[in-house]
Amino acid sequence: MAKKESTFLNMTLTLFVITAVAAVALGYVYNITKDPIQKAKDEKLKAAINIVVPGADKGEIVTDIVEVEGKEVYLYTITVDNEILGTAVNTFSINGFGGLIRVMVGFDVNGVIIDSDVLEHKETPGLGDKSSKSVSSWNEQFKGMDISIMKDQQLKVTKDGGEVDAITAATITSRAYCGAIQTAWTVFMANKPSVEELAEGTPEEVIETENVETLEEDVDAEINVEPNDGGNE
Amino acid sequence: MSNLKNFTKGFFKENPVFILLLGLCPTLGVTTSAINGLAMGLATTFVLIGSNVVISLIKSLIPDKVRIPAFIVVIASFVTIIDLVMAAYVPALYESLGLFIPLIVVNCIVLGRAEAFASKNTVFSSFIDGLGMGLGFAFALTLLGSVREILGSLSIFGFKFIQADGILVFVLAPGAFFGLAYLIVLMKKISK
Repeated sequence: MAKKESTFLNMTLTLFVITAVAAVALGYVYNITKDPIQKAKDEKLKAAINIVVPGADKGEIVTDIVEVEGKEVYLYTITVDNEILGTAVNTFSINGFGGLIRVMVGFDVNGVIIDSDVLEHKETPGLGDKSSKSVSSWNEQFKGMDISIMKDQQLKVTKDGGEVDAITAATITSRAYCGAIQTAWTVFMANKPSVEELAEGTPEEVIETENVETLEEDVDAEINVEPNDGGNE
Repeated sequence: MSNLKNFTKGFFKENPVFILLLGLCPTLGVTTSAINGLAMGLATTFVLIGSNVVISLIKSLIPDKVRIPAFIVVIASFVTIIDLVMAAYVPALYESLGLFIPLIVVNCIVLGRAEAFASKNTVFSSFIDGLGMGLGFAFALTLLGSVREILGSLSIFGFKFIQADGILVFVLAPGAFFGLAYLIVLMKKISK
């Protein structure tokens, strides 16, 4: 077959047909993969919640979203037979060594930490990534900690006068991790769910907290203390 | 050129990474472990075969002046397909490769093969060319990934053979350059 000439009509028609066929093909693939992708995401979320609130996979999960500093903090309240098992909070800190760190932390009804783990981070492999359960057991120490009985109700590393042992050579990561949990705790205490509220059911609702202002100050003040202390990481 | 030659040239004589030095961005970026390298290589292979075959099929229908945009649309479609499929069925792997999957679109090898081979050859030899080039790319990425994983984390395909910390720098960005440089030297020696 002879090559088509590059006339205006030919070029327009060819590109139109090619893009149209591509669009149809992609729409078809998107439709097939839409459900599996959503399922994979849900399963990942459920697995992450189950790590910080064991037994969550057997319960009902109600999601709340609270905005802090322009980013979302997600509260997943887990109920089993109308009893609150705990709340998993998907929280964050922007003060990690590589920027944003997202942490999932589970609280019981009184705000005592059940467990916590990193969801996503850009920390240095071999140093800051030890904050993740898959790499080291560092974050085990948060189990059972109660921020409400701590000094100034602040979760801090020992270097800043707190109770958390920082990761060796990754104090900035450790501070960010504490800061993320602090944010989660403040949001959790401000939005503590009651069983009655849950019965009414308010899924996917964005709540503007009055505490956002004070929360911002708290987090900043905590993390900006000697930010380059020790020059580590 | 025989089909066998078309196939094997991707591994040694015209290996995209070691000889042509094409597609170095994903090569350096994803090869922190052998499995990442292999997955990236196979994803690229799929795109290469798909785009080579389709472009070879429609080559006579495309006016010369718009061939590059036409090729890019075909390539981008295949990349989006593999992107969606991986997100759906291998979410863990998809996450560790992250941004590099959509970036296959701008991988020089894919457009390079479309322009240099598929637009001039028959469908079948284009298919063989895509398969050979893709597997050659996968081979190079797996090799580099293995070297970095062995030296950097003392494991291979996630299986740890010594319980100790490796040489950290090989997992970090500079290790990719060191590893690639030595592998290129080695391949030059062998292919002489």
